[in-house]
Amino acid sequence: MGAKHFGARVTRLEDPALLAGRGRFVDDVKLPGLLHACFVRSPHAHAKLRGCDARAALIMPGVHAVMTADDLPEPMRDTPLPLLLPNPALNVPRTQTALARGEVCYVGQAVAVVVADTRYIAEDAAAALVVHYEALPAVADCRAAAEDGGPCAQSDLTTNVASTFSLAYGDTDAAFADAAHVFREELWQHRGGGMAIETRAVLAHHESVSDLLTVWSGTQTPHIGRRILADLIGRDLQSIRMIAPDVGGGFGPKAIFYPEEAVIPAAALKLGRPVKWIEDRREHFLCATQERDQYWDVAIAVDDDAKILGLRGRMVHDTGAYVPWGIVMPYIAASTVPGPYVVPSYQLETVVVLTNKVPTTPVRGAGRPQAVFAMERLIDRVAHELKIDRAEVRRRNLIQPEQMPYEVGLMFRDGKPLVYDSGDYPRGQDHALALAEYDDFRERQKAALEQGRFIGIGLANYVEGTGLGPFEGVTVRVLPSGKVAVATGATSQGQGTRTMLSQIVAEAVGCRLDDVVMTVGDTAAISQGVGAFASREAVNAGSSAHISGQAVRQQLIALAARALGAEETDIDLEDGAAIAQRGNKPSITFGDLARLAQGIPGVSLPVGQSPGIEHTAYYAPPQAAYCSGTHVAEVQVDAMTGGVKVIRYTVAHDSGRVINPLIVDGQVQGGVAHGIGNALLEWMQYDANAQPLTTSFADYMLPMATDVPTCAIAHVETVNPLNPLGVKGAGEGGTIPAPAAIVAAIEDALAPFGVRFAETPLTPERIVATLRAAGAYDRLFAG
Amino acid sequence: MGKQATRVIVNGKSHARVIDARLTLADFLRHELNLTGTHLGCEHGVCGACTVLVDGRTARSCLMFAVQANGCAVTTVEGLAPEGQLSVLQQAFIDNHGLQCGFCTPGMLMTLTELLRDTPAPSEQDVREALTGNLCRCTGYAGIVAAALDAAQRLREAVAKPGSP
Repeated sequence: MGAKHFGARVTRLEDPALLAGRGRFVDDVKLPGLLHACFVRSPHAHAKLRGCDARAALIMPGVHAVMTADDLPEPMRDTPLPLLLPNPALNVPRTQTALARGEVCYVGQAVAVVVADTRYIAEDAAAALVVHYEALPAVADCRAAAEDGGPCAQSDLTTNVASTFSLAYGDTDAAFADAAHVFREELWQHRGGGMAIETRAVLAHHESVSDLLTVWSGTQTPHIGRRILADLIGRDLQSIRMIAPDVGGGFGPKAIFYPEEAVIPAAALKLGRPVKWIEDRREHFLCATQERDQYWDVAIAVDDDAKILGLRGRMVHDTGAYVPWGIVMPYIAASTVPGPYVVPSYQLETVVVLTNKVPTTPVRGAGRPQAVFAMERLIDRVAHELKIDRAEVRRRNLIQPEQMPYEVGLMFRDGKPLVYDSGDYPRGQDHALALAEYDDFRERQKAALEQGRFIGIGLANYVEGTGLGPFEGVTVRVLPSGKVAVATGATSQGQGTRTMLSQIVAEAVGCRLDDVVMTVGDTAAISQGVGAFASREAVNAGSSAHISGQAVRQQLIALAARALGAEETDIDLEDGAAIAQRGNKPSITFGDLARLAQGIPGVSLPVGQSPGIEHTAYYAPPQAAYCSGTHVAEVQVDAMTGGVKVIRYTVAHDSGRVINPLIVDGQVQGGVAHGIGNALLEWMQYDANAQPLTTSFADYMLPMATDVPTCAIAHVETVNPLNPLGVKGAGEGGTIPAPAAIVAAIEDALAPFGVRFAETPLTPERIVATLRAAGAYDRLFAG
Repeated sequence: MGKQATRVIVNGKSHARVIDARLTLADFLRHELNLTGTHLGCEHGVCGACTVLVDGRTARSCLMFAVQANGCAVTTVEGLAPEGQLSVLQQAFIDNHGLQCGFCTPGMLMTLTELLRDTPAPSEQDVREALTGNLCRCTGYAGIVAAALDAAQRLREAVAKPGSP
């Protein structure tokens, strides 16, 4: 049977409601008696808390409560939020308490919450709250902070080094000693944010009749959030329901459990009224977790043919004030460096450093953009020094398809050896280069230069571990209405999860797409769940949808065969009905089968028949699914202003079997936009006292419609042998190699001036300064 | 807090309220009228998610007080098509994957509704420049731009063939 839904360019089931303004985001939920919260946050990067005077705030009309840490329930009052990813290499496993106790360690850390009739009144009252601080020296630069002797990010610590670890295989010393060429680069990638257009949001409501605490949160991980909240307020899981309704973008920072997700429920319980908090954009800049901020000092050893012999170096990672996700991001970065290349020896020392900034946790790419930047910048350097084309240097070093599965020699962050399951990296690169007309580029560049235009091309390859465990579940249930209900712990922040899972279920069960009724992001819908991160939903939830769908298919066939007096092999399932392929083709609808499956009160079920038509599967992947790709960026640089325009962008992407090309293309295109932001625009800046300087969209630039070209996208499908659908993740590959490709393209455009770049974002200011230092303007004006 | 009697025609329907002078138009639409399709992404006038039409011109409803709209006709995303139907532009968003999370989408639709009304045959560059006041973090804009150009063409064809929808 040919696939009808799987692999088809199906338009999304989510769209009509969202387009009509009928989406349901947290701030759209209306409850009687609703109160509004505003948080009081530290203006200091590091300070002792010396008391709080709430009298002026409390007498304001409409104010219901002011709560500080002492007003929180046990054990939330004193218990740090959990460290979700513990690691033996983590020496300082610090997380924050829901509201600060004794000390604040970054600007924006929550100190108190005000609850009032309206948000306007709550904000007035928050401004009237007097908090006494005693400022402490702040740690702003992770490189300086890694050295002994300076101030510490928390006053009771004697070091800022939260962790040091080494990832290594092979003999780098020998490789570097014998190498014909060794090149070294010092690199930096910015700190930026997820910057979902919907900010974070929490609404909590305790319903006393059933003693059910319902929490709506704009989270990527409601099941995890419910578990943490239950621990913090001392309730059973069953008495808490967490719902992630429509969520306006995630990109990683919404996977974290935040203080507000604990404090708002505590306030609702205390006041006996529903309480809502909607983060404002400034709070998002201050308090939502951020990413990148890594300093790399790396060297590559190659032979005369540009074949890689080894790679080694040191990386310093700014983890901010706490480590809610442990060292997962620097670990991913350190293990992503070898990428699609044969790297015979490798050693990277990683130093994870605490600073007085908001914590860093995964943002789309999660450590990989930095690693790919390091690897690809080194390869470009090799090409430059040995005067070999950059694509050719890569071609000589790519892992060949016949080497799959390829064991790199490291452990990945999933706890399993880093083994690429499948992939054809040379084909991917060739495909991208052909689509980008790479071979003709030098002629285009020459013609442009004659017109006074500086254009350049750059490419970058990557391999990304996606589809991480531990599991995700899907329940498929046929309803008496004939509809097929699907419930999953997977969540959606715009990825099209509902459409993707509906395609898989409709394919397996034999129903119409419109007949699938989906519940995502609701802990009441399925008992176990994990959520959205690590490009994991198609692999995990998709596989579970397939397994459950196939099981339900068997149940439907068995029931229909009995009902129609036919052999099971004669039953076809199509458009919500079972049809016996014989005689006059008798049929029965799914709805009637669902009723049959309920049995008759008091009467034993026929042997072999399960009650109802439903199945729940929790697919647990054996290891990560490794997707890969090649990006080619073409840019035009205005040498006078430093302005960069990305004029053409090409992607060849292998995310395994494509379930819906419409959605995958959208993920890639959107990922590239995020990568363009990382490469050229986005920079969360702090001063020397760790005070944030870029706290609005006027200061922190997001890519606009004029900054992002429509990409040419090719799918190179190699089937993942490790999951039943043959799929790999698609959510982050668009972002990961983009900064490396774009910076390479800028360098290529400005090759007449011999400038080199080693950082992102590469702002106009930095480009002009570099050109000036290289004497470019003397030449331009002389010419 | 000063209260003021305000009358606003929203999506063709007149609403009279006595409201706080400092209530933003966005909060008035969302919380007084329960028209929650208008979204707030930054509340400082950059992201454009809150864009509505005030007397036919795009405006940031986060940067306007509701009392400033006294006597004005406001169109929100809920007013782009009759209940249960979609406008040509909205349908083009579905067909061209012009949205992912859908949060910026209402603002995009309002901006493009104005553009297509005033510029029936926009170039791709026209569309992109019109969209510089609306940020989208999900799509990378490609689907939105394609949807706008597609809708423009469908609307022109509809004008050329009177009688068709």
